[in-house]
Amino acid sequence: MSAAAIPPEVRMRPRLALRGITKAYPGVVANDRIDLDVLPGEIHAVLGENGAGKSTLMKIIYGVVKPDAGTMQWEGQAVRIASPAQARRLGLGMVFQHFSLFETLTVAENIALALDAAEAGSGLPAKIRDVSRRYGLTLDPARLVHAMSVGERQRVEIVRCLLQAPRVLIMDEPTSVLTPQAVLRLFDTLRRLADEGCSILYISHKLDEIRALCHRATVLRAGRVTGECDPRRETAAALARMMIGAELPHPRHRPPVAGAPALVVDGLDLRPDDPFGTTLRSVSLTLRAGEIVGIAGVSGNGQRELLAALSGERRVARRNAVVLCGTAAGRLGAAQRRSLGLAFVPEERLGRGAVPEMSLADNALLTARHRGLVSHGLIRADAARSRAAEIIASWNVKTAGPEAAARSLSGGNLQKFIVGREILQGPRVLIAAQPTWGVDVGASAQIRQALIDLRDAGVAVLVVSEELEELIETCDRLAVIAQGRLSPARPVAETNAEEIGLLMAGSAATPERTAAARRP
Amino acid sequence: MDTCAQLVILTLAAGTPLVFAALGELVVEKAGVLNLGVEGMMLTGAVASFIVTADTHSPWLGVGAGALAGAALSLVFAVIALTLLANQVATGLALSLFGVGLSAFVGRGYISVVIEGIKPLSIPGLSDAAIVGRLLFGHNPMVYLSLALFVAVQWFLHRTRTGLVLRAVGESPASAHAIGHRVIALRYAAVLFGGACAGLGGAYMAVAYTPSWAEGMTAGRGWIALALLVFATWKPWRVLAGAYLFGGVTLAQFQAQAAGVAIPSQLLAMLPYVATIVVLAIISRDATTIRLNAPASLGRPFHPE
Ligand SMILES: Nc1ncnc2c1ncn2[C@@H]1O[C@H](COP(=O)(O)OP(=O)(O)OP(=O)(O)O)[C@@H](O)[C@H]1O
Ligand SMILES: [Mg+2]
Repeated sequence: MSAAAIPPEVRMRPRLALRGITKAYPGVVANDRIDLDVLPGEIHAVLGENGAGKSTLMKIIYGVVKPDAGTMQWEGQAVRIASPAQARRLGLGMVFQHFSLFETLTVAENIALALDAAEAGSGLPAKIRDVSRRYGLTLDPARLVHAMSVGERQRVEIVRCLLQAPRVLIMDEPTSVLTPQAVLRLFDTLRRLADEGCSILYISHKLDEIRALCHRATVLRAGRVTGECDPRRETAAALARMMIGAELPHPRHRPPVAGAPALVVDGLDLRPDDPFGTTLRSVSLTLRAGEIVGIAGVSGNGQRELLAALSGERRVARRNAVVLCGTAAGRLGAAQRRSLGLAFVPEERLGRGAVPEMSLADNALLTARHRGLVSHGLIRADAARSRAAEIIASWNVKTAGPEAAARSLSGGNLQKFIVGREILQGPRVLIAAQPTWGVDVGASAQIRQALIDLRDAGVAVLVVSEELEELIETCDRLAVIAQGRLSPARPVAETNAEEIGLLMAGSAATPERTAAARRP
Repeated sequence: MDTCAQLVILTLAAGTPLVFAALGELVVEKAGVLNLGVEGMMLTGAVASFIVTADTHSPWLGVGAGALAGAALSLVFAVIALTLLANQVATGLALSLFGVGLSAFVGRGYISVVIEGIKPLSIPGLSDAAIVGRLLFGHNPMVYLSLALFVAVQWFLHRTRTGLVLRAVGESPASAHAIGHRVIALRYAAVLFGGACAGLGGAYMAVAYTPSWAEGMTAGRGWIALALLVFATWKPWRVLAGAYLFGGVTLAQFQAQAAGVAIPSQLLAMLPYVATIVVLAIISRDATTIRLNAPASLGRPFHPE
């Protein structure tokens, strides 16, 4: 059925209508009397800064969180959605911002869990392959999730949702770690779904995507609806202004003054711990003080392994394979490398970057033991608290305070906190993986600027990211990782997005081939 | 040759209480719930089955009563730990103490009572014929029941949808809830199943293995069942092997005592416990296996918001 075939009166009646939805958490009103209409077949963007309340609103719609007040209508009928199961029966599907996957299960099992028993029969792996091929989201149903990168996990979430054939599809930042090509294919999929009459609620911090995809946008600020617009008729700058209420800052760039090598990787070979991981093959890289080097690549091409080898999570056999500030560090653990002057922002913010159940103050303490927060083995709680307060203030992290648990923060705010924590260590080398993943436009600009300022202060910065635009904007030199091999880093001025994109895409097509070859 | 078959039969017989209790607790823990009350539930099952058998002269009725008693006790745990969200470790420990005391109290009058228990199979022409016949058909019926339970648990966890949901709940109840599964209901069912199995383990001891009733007659097997799970990395096959290893060493230790070996009997009695744990710990050093099989949310309360 195409859009034209739907009678106008059906098109006009909202499929889902929210009235006066309110939800307060201790210290913050996440949603404040929100009204929202979702029409059949429309792609509706929800825009807002980190912590504006977008995810909370989506969780309320999906029955994960109960609102304090407000009503909901589904196809004109009043409903109370008390559980996700009920939401799914109504025809709602959701891709979560923080993944809801089970690490010890396979892709197929993860997907089966979200489907009805009847659909999850023996034909499922074939169906998964079919859908993932049709929508260009490569997936191997037999793989275990725990060995997958963030980008791959997101593909699982999206395919899982598509298989449910939802009538309202909620996507909370689905593209934050997809490749540009995959994003285009996803958009084709979403447009097709919308033409078939499915409504889509779409959350993203990438304003260009919203302008390209969405029919309508609702803007939230501090839990309230502050505006509505047609994003196709607005510029990205105008949308940003609506969101943050101010102009977007532009990054300042000074020519790099590269100094002595701070991190040298020399012929690093590494077999993965995991049977599904990528083997690193003679990876070499020199990172100098006072420069930013970017590593671009489709996730799952060895970034995970390389980051583990650099951070010290994985030790490597040859001591000289990783040289950190002049010290052969291959066999040193993460804590020892940190005391040499390394700071690290990992890809997964919950679990690796922060302990979800612990307070921000405790999380600040975890990587800053040598910075006056511990004396004679005893924790100086007030120092840790003021350190956390300092990060919160200087990074404008929206939270109830240093005592709030890390898991209570919105995605982007937690990311700001972790980046702030690492920068405040005064590192000599900073490694950041996906530093602006899920961070709003204002805060991304802030994080990029902070990285550039660090560089200008003589720190060596390594950024591993899938976002090409971001890398080109911030980095001095760029390398591409593909199938565990790293290309030589080249000055950004001498290359361009197409060239890098081709290198990345060339590798994007291969994982499937290698997976097939690996199967006996 | 004959003693050889006899040894196998006795080993299985000695390991069977652990098979029941540990497989039940396996299902509970796979759902992410840590119920330390196994010992108490086993004893309660034992005393209930013994009393019912003594009063009705039907050991199978007794076995049913044992399972029910174990399940009833586990229901107490479920309400306190799952609905009222109390600490699972503390609740389980209290349940064990309670079960030990309760069984001793209820069983006072039955200590020297003699009952007609469940006898090993004896099918003329099969159970007594060749060695294969004895190995296949010479066990106690409840040993076959425990093996059926093993097959059922294995099949349930890895072949059925509910088993899949159960494993998912054990890993991340919040995610399972978010995609629409009923975490608390499933955990209740798992806890009740575990209680019934522990009750069966106790009943087996009271009406099939010994048959008799004595205070604290399970002698710490409930605790060993808990340890067994950890060292067997929550894999049914390894649980089974560990249980029979325990049975075998128990047997050897009895023989040694009977033969008058010059080792203090207390040390010998320790042997099955130590051997089981050492062997399983060595087998399961592999970090990936642990990571993939240990229920990640074990012991953590979950409250759907
Ligand atoms: N479980 C919780 N407990 C306490 N506070 C919470 C909880 N969940 C969300 N909040 C708070 O509610 C506010 C809105 O959070 P929400 O996750 O909805 O933001 P968001 O708009 O999705 O942001 P982002 O773009 O960073 O994902 C934040 O200030 C957050 O700290
Ligand atoms: Mg969010």
